[in-house]
Amino acid sequence: MNMNMVTHRDDLASKTGMWLFLFTELLLFGGLFIVYSVYRYRNPIAFHQAAHELSVVIGTANTIILLISSTTIAMSITALQTKNKKLCLLLMGVTILLGLAFLVNKYFEWGAHFREHIYPGSSVLALRGHGDVLFYGLYFFMTGLHALHIIVGLVFILVIAVSIFKDRINSENYVLLENSGLYWHLVDLIWIFLFPLFYLIT
Amino acid sequence: MSTQKTFEEPSYLEYKGKYKGIFSWILSTDHKRIALLYLFSLMTFFIVGATLGLLMKLELIAPGKTIITAQTYNAFFTLHGIIMIFAVVIPGLPAVFGNFLLPIMIGAKDVAFPRLNLLSWYFYVIGVSLVLISQFTGQGPPDTGWTFYAPYSFRTTGNMLPAVFGAFVLGFSSILTGLNFLVTIHRMRAPGMTWMKMPLFPWTLYATGWVQLLATPIIGITLLMIIAERTLHIGFFDPTLGGDPILYQHLFWTYSHPAVYIMILPAMGAISEIIPAFCHKTIFGYKFIVASSIAIAFVGYFIWGHHMFTSGMSGTALYTFSLLTFIVAIPSAVKVFNWISTMHKASIDLQTPFFWAVGFLFVFMIGGFSGLILGALAANIHLHNTHFVVAHFHFIVFGGTGYAFFGAMHYWYPKITGKMYDSRWANTGLIIFFLGFITLYGEMFFLGMRGMPRRYYDYDEIFHTGNIFSSLGAIVMYFGLAVIIINLIASLKNGIKAPSDPWGGKTLEWTIPSPPPVENFDEIPVITKGPYNYK
Repeated sequence: MNMNMVTHRDDLASKTGMWLFLFTELLLFGGLFIVYSVYRYRNPIAFHQAAHELSVVIGTANTIILLISSTTIAMSITALQTKNKKLCLLLMGVTILLGLAFLVNKYFEWGAHFREHIYPGSSVLALRGHGDVLFYGLYFFMTGLHALHIIVGLVFILVIAVSIFKDRINSENYVLLENSGLYWHLVDLIWIFLFPLFYLIT
Repeated sequence: MSTQKTFEEPSYLEYKGKYKGIFSWILSTDHKRIALLYLFSLMTFFIVGATLGLLMKLELIAPGKTIITAQTYNAFFTLHGIIMIFAVVIPGLPAVFGNFLLPIMIGAKDVAFPRLNLLSWYFYVIGVSLVLISQFTGQGPPDTGWTFYAPYSFRTTGNMLPAVFGAFVLGFSSILTGLNFLVTIHRMRAPGMTWMKMPLFPWTLYATGWVQLLATPIIGITLLMIIAERTLHIGFFDPTLGGDPILYQHLFWTYSHPAVYIMILPAMGAISEIIPAFCHKTIFGYKFIVASSIAIAFVGYFIWGHHMFTSGMSGTALYTFSLLTFIVAIPSAVKVFNWISTMHKASIDLQTPFFWAVGFLFVFMIGGFSGLILGALAANIHLHNTHFVVAHFHFIVFGGTGYAFFGAMHYWYPKITGKMYDSRWANTGLIIFFLGFITLYGEMFFLGMRGMPRRYYDYDEIFHTGNIFSSLGAIVMYFGLAVIIINLIASLKNGIKAPSDPWGGKTLEWTIPSPPPVENFDEIPVITKGPYNYK
């Protein structure tokens, strides 16, 4: 309906909008970080011991996976800028695979907890006391919300990859790719905070 | 004024896009049509909310059960709160008048993201629908009040999930609108419109945009936690699982206090437009009004604790929050001072929007001063959770935002519809409304002072006289509201054609025809002077 939309394009506006949206995402997790801090302060011993039960190996692996995937998505933007469509799509594909690998790891990690009857609302967990209930409650909620963001990010990247494949997004017009990259970096960044909070600080 | 420029383009109301009938509205990305979508949906919800309010007041006309049971009363004040807060006053001025006027006032053809703008409206409608669905499904309607306080919100058998999720979706709508406006203001101001040449309504929308963006995610995550608590029993706020209900209150008010400024800042912006237009005078202290808007938005983040003075906090926290509450009153007072000074020695054109603006000043000051009483620690202990609080926030939220909304409605009505309203009926409606308003809420201050608690469907005999006054006021106010709204609707048909600048306003929206053409401007204007360039 708006003719100006056809002629008018403002990449800086799109990017500004994306950055503002990322602020809101940070604040969304910010609320959870506050809750985490309060309960960690109140249950130092339980949080300390529960953190030992998480697998640092899987956590580290996932951190490395996400860091590499952030690199590949950044490289895909450069690839598109230099008009190397094939390389760009390849790098985006790698990013998606790495994101999936992250989710697979998460699946096994969560599965192991579930087998030990550790999940929100379980009676086994309830017997271990308030600190453990809160630690695992926060753990599942925060990593779960983060995993949801990974899925959203993957879908976002996939949609952009299809657009690049169909040449709707090209070296002249790649702000959406940049925005998907920004989103993916955010998902990565949040994990960089979740990882030490749950796995490393004991 | 009669020499209107002829534009080749049709007005936005007549324009034939690719869709027909209702689809030319609900699929339109034109900011003006989206604004009207918001206006109609918002007014519908407002009437629903107001009717619920009236029914509650009728229940309170006599002690004991009058027309509804206690449980229904609880459901009514919950729904009244959710609808009025999340679906009416928070989107209120930004979504309706912001959408319509922001691009025009800064000399742009549309907002930065028109499709996102339409998406916000869909989120809005979906959110409210979810809230309404919660009333008719599951095991009875929610009965927690609009604050969803823990732990009751996950223990009640009421149908909380759709209501809480609806509020979450409404938050999304609010964030996207704020984001859209921020980018629009940053990127799309007409050439020559520096920050200090921007009109004050866009300025307040800018401050509001930041509050929407930075505060709303907190309520988003808090509501998600409530949902997780209800479905998964995680224990965030459940004392039996080690959680802390007070933490919920902190998180809730971290958003919901700044949200008060989402409501009032654009209202202040509208008043800042109306007063100079009818005084035919440059606004007094433009820079101070700008600075005070930013100051309100900023300080507004740090005073949420004053909702929780009786919840249990350290002495230091109490004093700090109380002090900051007093500080946030200063920028509001600066604005009031500037508005009054603008009127000083002006030749005032006494029109309906100006009366609304003066009414705003009156009730806003009563609301503001009673807010200081509540912000004082000792007085708060006595007044907390009484009708005094109800009176205070209705004076501020309904009195402030509501009056500004109706003022803006009458001020921009000729621009939006291309018709003039019947000012005699508009003034009559205003007077009836005002008398009803003062009787309804003014009385509540006294009831609260004497200890009548809020949120009960019953009360002691000693409060009876006051409640009769208050309830009669509600009926009068509702009647006044009907006069106002019917007059505006009838004027669509009977009103005379509006010129492009009926009030002699100087901001950009008065330079284009009424109703505006689809693309707003034939040629993007170049700005060389300040916004209120009166002689």
